[in-house]
Amino acid sequence: MDIFLQQIINGLVQGSIYALVALGYTMVYGIMGLINFAHGEVVMIGALISITVTSTLAAAGMPLGLAGLFGLVAAMLTCMALGWSLERIAYRPLRGSPRLTPLITAIGMSIVLQNLAMIFWGRNYMTFPPLLPKVNFEFAGTHFTLVQVVIVLLSAALMAGLVFLVYRTKLGMAMRATAQNPAVASLMGVNINRVIASAFVIGSALAAVAGVMVGSYYEIAHYQMGFMLGLKAFTAAVLGGIGNLAGAMAGGILLGIIEALGAGYIGDFTGGFLGSHYQDIFAFIVLIVVLMFKPSGLFGEKTGDRA
Amino acid sequence: MQAKLSVVALSVAAAFALSACGQKDAPAPVAAPAAPEAKPEIVVKLGHVAPMTGPQAHLGKDNESGALLAVEELNAQGLEIGGAKVKFQLVSEDDQADPKQGTIVAQKLIDAKVNGVVGHLNSGTTIPASKLYFDAGLPQVSPSATNPKYTQQGFKTAFRVMANDIQQGKVLGEFAAKQGVKTVAIIDDRTAYGQGLADEFRKAAEAAGLKVVANEYTNDKATDFKAILTKIKSTKAELVFYGGMDAQGGPLVKQMKDLGIKAKFLGGDGVCTPEFMKLGGPAADGEYCSLPGVPLEQLAKGPEFKSKFEAKFGYQIQLYAPNAYDAVMVIADSMKRAGSVEPAAYLPEIAKTKLEGVSGNIEFDQFGDLTSGAITVYQYQGGALNYVETLGGAPAAPAAPVEEKK
Repeated sequence: MDIFLQQIINGLVQGSIYALVALGYTMVYGIMGLINFAHGEVVMIGALISITVTSTLAAAGMPLGLAGLFGLVAAMLTCMALGWSLERIAYRPLRGSPRLTPLITAIGMSIVLQNLAMIFWGRNYMTFPPLLPKVNFEFAGTHFTLVQVVIVLLSAALMAGLVFLVYRTKLGMAMRATAQNPAVASLMGVNINRVIASAFVIGSALAAVAGVMVGSYYEIAHYQMGFMLGLKAFTAAVLGGIGNLAGAMAGGILLGIIEALGAGYIGDFTGGFLGSHYQDIFAFIVLIVVLMFKPSGLFGEKTGDRA
Repeated sequence: MQAKLSVVALSVAAAFALSACGQKDAPAPVAAPAAPEAKPEIVVKLGHVAPMTGPQAHLGKDNESGALLAVEELNAQGLEIGGAKVKFQLVSEDDQADPKQGTIVAQKLIDAKVNGVVGHLNSGTTIPASKLYFDAGLPQVSPSATNPKYTQQGFKTAFRVMANDIQQGKVLGEFAAKQGVKTVAIIDDRTAYGQGLADEFRKAAEAAGLKVVANEYTNDKATDFKAILTKIKSTKAELVFYGGMDAQGGPLVKQMKDLGIKAKFLGGDGVCTPEFMKLGGPAADGEYCSLPGVPLEQLAKGPEFKSKFEAKFGYQIQLYAPNAYDAVMVIADSMKRAGSVEPAAYLPEIAKTKLEGVSGNIEFDQFGDLTSGAITVYQYQGGALNYVETLGGAPAAPAAPVEEKK
């Protein structure tokens, strides 16, 4: 039982990270029907920026906790600027063009960002400075660390903040209006360009936090770390129903848990025929099954004529 | 509209996955130093293949430097083969540690009519490429491909100047039994190297009376191992063996400690590197790993090679540079004895090699493996590898621990 519980914890932590990244996908999709495939790379840039800033400040004699905080803020600011520029450079000029066109620029931007990161930070794995003290908890036979607790709590807080923003503020109302009908929203005096830019900026800030989380969780970072994470988070968003905030969160956490349980138990269920090397495949089996049987996702709602 | 989106999303995901594999870097040919033009000379081109980009680029550069040192020494000697002066030239290619890329660059070297090949670095690239070299009749000496399959395919062109994983797996299995553990869990990264080493370790561990309680798998790009480690925890294994490279091994050993797993950790040459200790941090301390060969300090020509290497390149030897150096020397020595630089003429001479290399004595058995394959076990201690013992057919190891900085 404690092993089952441990797998749930593993999945929950992994899933919280997926959920946070998935929000970035789903927010942009909900508003403008675009899948921003460069989002995973924003996560990676966030992690690498925070490493550079944190280690530079720590080397200059700043306490590690404070340096980490600066690193996080720097990563968020950089990623917000990056998200804004992505929209401005790669997507806004193409608004109104066929659906496939911005998808292709998104992939192009993703490759550009990966290669830029490779040039700036090199090809080797980088070690992430331990931002939080190494505290291990033991509960009912399961082990978890302070970093894991912080990841789950911080993700939950950020998601709650985002829901508040979308459903309780004026900007949120403008976002929902734009999602329903951009033309009418614009006639009502909503500045569409500003709304879309803010969706990118907010999503990128969340991505930066996710990057710092992934980095401090595994204590490594690499210029290709955003690629797989981005695909998984996209899967989570589709699983929950893309365009739907609650769906992205539930989809992320669900996907994390499915993966952990899958890797932990597939060998036992299939008598060793399939092993844990199929761990990464679960995400995509889930994606295919959902697209086949419930294309709108688990929590999918009819969001107008958007999808 | 829903269905259309699904199709687009899926195909995009697929295209995306493909694009990640398609990043290429132009191979950088290594220019051989210009020799003074005296009398007409034959240019002997030697191919060198290793990953020069990607997470294993540091190891590829190390091999290339070793081979380059050998080529420059040979040229400085003014070697004459069959009455003509020869000038060696190293043609360096990048296989990105990717089996597909390995065969592409192998074909490129064959088309460029090189006289011999030093490489590749990884077993996963060496094995598929060896078929092409065999078909072309081109001698291939790998400095570091340890998977036994490489020389078991019946290709008379395939040689290696390093102990194979049967030898290494056996030593590691017996070493594990000596640690007083009864049960082991085995993880491998599903590459030709990782899987091969894990298989040989499993055989040796079982032969030594250990019980293998879990076989788990990951891949050579993974960062999260918590799910498989949790499963291993439930089996109460006393030792975890990892067949794979340092970029995964480091985080893996760290996550073991995070999950409160008390089992010991043991790995092969892929994790016996400074990179592993950097990524694993304090979690690696006190654990063991092995490297084929004998520490350079204990070999007649070792210390001399080390100082020459460091004086020339200004950085330390990582892992297989001495073996790459020896691989070049094996080819040159065979050409000399054959009196020809033509592959068909000097190939039979490679099998008869008797050479005292910087990495040990080199003599091949009928498969192209070393007849004496020594394996050395090290312990991680505060960011350094400490010598523990050398096992297998090598000169007796001294009692005093020798610190091996890699």
